[in-house]
Amino acid sequence: MRSLKVVASGFQMNLKMLGTSSFFLLTAIVQPIIFATVAFYMFRAGGRNGTLLYAALGAGMMGVWSTTLFGSGGMIQWQRWQGTLELGAAAPPAMALIYLPFSLANAFTGMYAMAATLVWGRLVFGIGLHLAHPWLFVLALPATVIALGLMGLVLASTFILYRHANALSNLLEYPVWIASGLVFSTSLLPIWTRPISWVLPPYWGILAIRHAALGGAVWGPLGMVVLLGAASLLISTITFRWFEHAARARATLSLT
Amino acid sequence: MAVIEAIELRRTYRTSTGVLRRKPLEVEAVRGISFTVEQGELFGLLGPNGAGKTTTIKMLITLLLPTSGQARVLGHDVVEDAREVRKRIGYVFGGDRGLYERLSARDNLRYFAELYGVSGKAQRTRIDEVLELVGLKGREQERVEGYSRGMRQRLHIARGILHDPEVVFLDEPTIGVDPVGARELRRTIADLIAAGKTVLLTTHYMFEADTLCDRIAVIAKGRIVGEGTPEALKAGVAEGRVTEIDAFGVDEAAVARLRSIEGVTAVTVEEREQKQLLVVQTTGDRELTAPLLAELDGFEVGRVSSREPTLEDAYIALVTAE
Repeated sequence: MRSLKVVASGFQMNLKMLGTSSFFLLTAIVQPIIFATVAFYMFRAGGRNGTLLYAALGAGMMGVWSTTLFGSGGMIQWQRWQGTLELGAAAPPAMALIYLPFSLANAFTGMYAMAATLVWGRLVFGIGLHLAHPWLFVLALPATVIALGLMGLVLASTFILYRHANALSNLLEYPVWIASGLVFSTSLLPIWTRPISWVLPPYWGILAIRHAALGGAVWGPLGMVVLLGAASLLISTITFRWFEHAARARATLSLT
Repeated sequence: MAVIEAIELRRTYRTSTGVLRRKPLEVEAVRGISFTVEQGELFGLLGPNGAGKTTTIKMLITLLLPTSGQARVLGHDVVEDAREVRKRIGYVFGGDRGLYERLSARDNLRYFAELYGVSGKAQRTRIDEVLELVGLKGREQERVEGYSRGMRQRLHIARGILHDPEVVFLDEPTIGVDPVGARELRRTIADLIAAGKTVLLTTHYMFEADTLCDRIAVIAKGRIVGEGTPEALKAGVAEGRVTEIDAFGVDEAAVARLRSIEGVTAVTVEEREQKQLLVVQTTGDRELTAPLLAELDGFEVGRVSSREPTLEDAYIALVTAE
């Protein structure tokens, strides 16, 4: 019960802070629209008008991943700069529990990216949102967003130990888009990349979402989303504990 | 039982120099310090910048692991029982950082109340109480980014005592705060002691340490070089005298010659615009004005006076002797 309260309070607080950051709001509002526009033109130029919803969903998920990645990467570094990382580390709850709501809040705001992309596609490109399995779509989208948030939590844990690890965020944006099949099908990639795709929650997430929207098996990919989300939570609990201990030994919790 | 125990506590930082050929470097910030703080006591760690005060506090509040030695707070080991220690202590760092800037003071406190397990019912009452105590009532809905340094410092204290901890660690809480604000903060610290808390305070303000602390440990270059009540520390140099000399353009070589005079225990130079104030501590009642002036032959010398030692003199004598 106490853990739930810590998560709820942190979630609410982080949403409040994100809502007052004009930089974050601008990025969150403008970026998905740019992604969506580029994707629509690419698919239209390729003469694949019938797959515009496929492109819209991929572009939306690109926005969700970017928000989660930069939110999680920036979260620890920003807390370090602000001097609040030490306060989190010295508080009684486990660090993973303290930063879980921050990661979830980042992913949650990423849902806007999906909504903005679909609305933009409807208004500017006339793409109708006719969903094959509406209820499964409503289930698959938040499940994917939560799984991405939990994957972000694993990344965030590494930033506790390494002061400049947020440079990693920049490297991870495009490869995950490609390996997850957000931009084009992973069948176009070399076969050796398959295992990489299989361990990425966004790969299964976009499959579940596209199948829910366009038709296809939803439960299998959705199950994988839940499984990988749970695995991420477990891994982050362990890595947060390790990295917190190592950070206390190496004195990397503060800037000085 | 002592509330805080530090036993031969050491902390070494490992870093490196150079770009291509990186050379490992070890910095010994704390070199085997031991002290105890009793229930209800206000214990001061007094020392210059870089002496190891903050490192010591960070080990005690579980933010840093000691390289060797042991520390216990309320009987709990700071390494083995970190969680138990965290639940029972409050801490305040000096300076502007350590607050969620884009949130109001109330939102900051509400979040930390949740982290420290203050129940929902008690939260509102407790938050109002601490806001009242630190004088932020009426400004609690404003965003912290608009707060002055003094207000931030008071909010730090409110956060540190929100969960009513038994032990409070204050790391230079009045640093950079204006004199009126600093006086109010000192009053708040005195109130904590009146409420039965045990407080460990680090500062380099003599007046603050003298006014507030029951006992003081003077720390220099990672070692404790003197410990006792403010009166006992002053008594350590009370048998001596302090001679103050206004001078102009005195160089390092002349200061070294002053230090070599028999009976001189410490010499410090304070730059005051164009002139310098030489503070010379001497042992016993020996009259050393003549030899001191003889060594300053050739430099312009102004007023010369003699006085009883203060806590600041005791501190300087201990720190410079190291």
